[in-house]
Amino acid sequence: MTVGLFLPCYVNQFYPQVGVASLELLEKLGCDVVYPLQQTCCGQPMANSGYEHLSSATDELFMRNFHEFDYIVSPSGSCALHIKHHLHGKDHEASAKVRASMYELTEFLTDVLKVEHLDAKFPHKVGLHQGCHGQRGLMLSQMSELVAKPFSKLEKLLGMVNGIELVDLDRKDECCGFGGTFCVMEEAVSAKMGKDRVSDHTRNGASFITGADMSCLMHLEGILKRQKSAVEVKHIAEILNAG
Amino acid sequence: MSSRNEILKRVRAAQPTLIPMPADLTSTAAGDVHKFTEVLQGIGGRVVLMEPDEEVPQKLKELFPSANRVVSSIRSLEAFFLHDHAQLDHHSLEDVDIAVIEAQFGVAENGAVWVTEQDTIIRVLPFIAEHLVVLLDKASFVADMHQAYQRVAYDAYGFGVFIAGPSKTADIEQSLVLGAHGPKSMTILVRS
Amino acid sequence: MQSSRDNHSTLAERFNKDEARVSWHDQTLWWIRQKRDKAAWSLGEEWEGLRSQASQIKAHTLSNLSGYLEEFEANAIANGAIVHWAADAKEHNEIVHKILQDNKVTQLVKSKSMLTEECHLNPYLETHGIDVVDTDLGERIVQLANEAPSHIVLPCIHWKKEEIGELFHKHLATPAGNADPSFLTNAARIHLRDKFLTRRVAITGVNFAIAETGEFVVCTNEGNADMGAHLSDVHIACMGIEKLIPLRRHLGVFLRLLARSATGQPVTTYSSHFRKPRQGQQLHIVLVDNGRSQQLAKEDFRNSLKCIRCGACFNTCPVYRRSGGHSYHTAVAGPIGSILAPNLDMKQYADLPFASTLCGSCTNVCPVKIDIHDQLYKWRQVLTKEGYSPKTKTVAMKTMAATLSKPGLFSFAGKWARRIMRIAPWLVNNKMNPWYKQRNMPAAPKQSFTEWYKTNRNKDKK
Repeated sequence: MTVGLFLPCYVNQFYPQVGVASLELLEKLGCDVVYPLQQTCCGQPMANSGYEHLSSATDELFMRNFHEFDYIVSPSGSCALHIKHHLHGKDHEASAKVRASMYELTEFLTDVLKVEHLDAKFPHKVGLHQGCHGQRGLMLSQMSELVAKPFSKLEKLLGMVNGIELVDLDRKDECCGFGGTFCVMEEAVSAKMGKDRVSDHTRNGASFITGADMSCLMHLEGILKRQKSAVEVKHIAEILNAG
Repeated sequence: MSSRNEILKRVRAAQPTLIPMPADLTSTAAGDVHKFTEVLQGIGGRVVLMEPDEEVPQKLKELFPSANRVVSSIRSLEAFFLHDHAQLDHHSLEDVDIAVIEAQFGVAENGAVWVTEQDTIIRVLPFIAEHLVVLLDKASFVADMHQAYQRVAYDAYGFGVFIAGPSKTADIEQSLVLGAHGPKSMTILVRS
Repeated sequence: MQSSRDNHSTLAERFNKDEARVSWHDQTLWWIRQKRDKAAWSLGEEWEGLRSQASQIKAHTLSNLSGYLEEFEANAIANGAIVHWAADAKEHNEIVHKILQDNKVTQLVKSKSMLTEECHLNPYLETHGIDVVDTDLGERIVQLANEAPSHIVLPCIHWKKEEIGELFHKHLATPAGNADPSFLTNAARIHLRDKFLTRRVAITGVNFAIAETGEFVVCTNEGNADMGAHLSDVHIACMGIEKLIPLRRHLGVFLRLLARSATGQPVTTYSSHFRKPRQGQQLHIVLVDNGRSQQLAKEDFRNSLKCIRCGACFNTCPVYRRSGGHSYHTAVAGPIGSILAPNLDMKQYADLPFASTLCGSCTNVCPVKIDIHDQLYKWRQVLTKEGYSPKTKTVAMKTMAATLSKPGLFSFAGKWARRIMRIAPWLVNNKMNPWYKQRNMPAAPKQSFTEWYKTNRNKDKK
């Protein structure tokens, strides 16, 4: 199975280890992974800021990079959601195919590869941060707002990791306050949201905070570091690939 | 009148193609006094089951020994009935300690009782009294609001109200206080 | 009140100066969200079906709103009510004032009506010498403080009991230092009872208006709408035209959802159905458009008119909880207010659709399933295209779009950004960078993933 790996632009630049973990994990699970070198960004930063009309060039670039793949996988719920909902290339048919081929990493592992076992070890107490776009947008896990049966693709995968202990949070799916440009345009609220998320994890004993979106984790990490906390963030790919 | 036609014209131009009305939700659950009691207690009301040989006036004396002014819209409660209701200035009910009314039915899912102007004679009566007492037959319970509206769907009341518990507010720091503007307590006397 | 130039982020920043208070505000509202969850779960499988049903009834109603308005009007008139139509806030206020003048009245009591807040009725009447007393306890508190409600269901959720004690000491002569909620509520009860007994005109809002019967329903917990209306000679009910529902039995659906969504109660204490005026009483119904027909015409935003004003989206919104209602500088705050307000004035409310992380919680608590966060996204696009975006932001976005569409430029810029962050961190770690104010920047690695991939893998066929 050939998989096109798409990395969020800031992950490529600031968190290369997340890219490495995603790549190695997919390879371990038997995928032939291709990373198109000309990739940049899904276009979400512009679109969420109200500049969807400026994202046509990134849309076309994305199309050029990924139109050949049957599966496009990204370790980001937010970017995957953006491509799935808002990618509109000039070639409508090809765009529809790319939108349908887009998977968030844990979604791909659960729904396509149907992973039931992982050879991973992470003997630590971990708090799971549900990124909103992955959770409510891609339904990676059931949201607390609905009266519906609970499930979580992320928890299921983390449950396959040896030695891991997931901590219970007081608010299991509250937004961290990153929100793209929101994090700087609404700095005060964004930071307060992040601090409140961090304290939920730390007060419940987490040594690590994980999630499927590095953007949320980058925001939480910024707060943890400012607080000189020993708690670290790890993208879920890093934990699923640990061992 | 000009705005009327202008508004309607604008609305007509703006509204989308007709979307069909969905079929009604129905329910077949049975309403019962136990569920009603549990829910009403949860929202600050109480239910008192009356023995077949018990009389309302006697029960009221038992429940509210210090009440001064007790009035009722129920004709059979001769001593409390508002005989002068046609001439009465409704504001004069301001010092009523207990209003006794009869409800048509109770709703088990939310502890509400349905009362119309016919039942209270004076609209403000169940709101202005310090305490509210509602008579209800044991057989008069529906399960939920769908069943409730099936019962009253075509009633030609002038005013009708679902009352669920005493008047309340939590506007000050979410602390629940019973007796905001209306009754401080609500007692349902269930007759078998 | 704030100056209209202050936008959401400025007002929110001010609100966040007292962090302990923000935490308190957040926790209070989250507790209500939890009560809502419990109430929703108590209905089990029925809940999601009720939401769909309510959403569909509203969709149907909006698709024949003109017909239902005419039906409602005819039935209301047959019931003995007097029906008025107001194109905008100004006309609404003038109609109410005219009714007061016709009845030679200069004092009135008013129960909760977000429509009258939207129309700024109180200040209008006050300038015409009318004394308005809000009778909902929370509304009375903010009225005494000369403030607007900060929440459509919980008007003084931003007030602490000690502050209310002080306010009542000043205005209602309660003993200084007494902040007991029961005591203060009782003081308000005595104060307002006097108003109920002496005012001849009562204004109420409307939760639902029934086309089939010409009646309307008002929901309260305090009983203030009923005390006002039943003791008045003149009852004026003010409603937006979107309050219509076709049939009385549809109330079964909406009343099951409303209080559970709003406060977690199974139903409000009073659900009062006003069909005919009391004998000898005048009943006026004022139907108000004020931008609603314009919103109805917008396919992307039409569904916002389904709103039943339960406030669930406020309570769940992580931004609202931490920025307070006044930061939205509009009568209806929160997520729903942020998709309603730009329809009335794009320029003034251009900031509101951006006062969100698009987390989507609002959409999923909404009892009538309004796609709130999708509409926030769509408003962002509209506002930007219409030119209501700051110029600096447009320049930044254009630069970003240009960089991200050119892989060579992107990797060049990325490399230099990382290098600068390593060599001269003070260039980004300073107060010009809003990120850095309360957060550290990520560490800048020497190698990007692309660079790592080029050295460690040789599979790329392009």
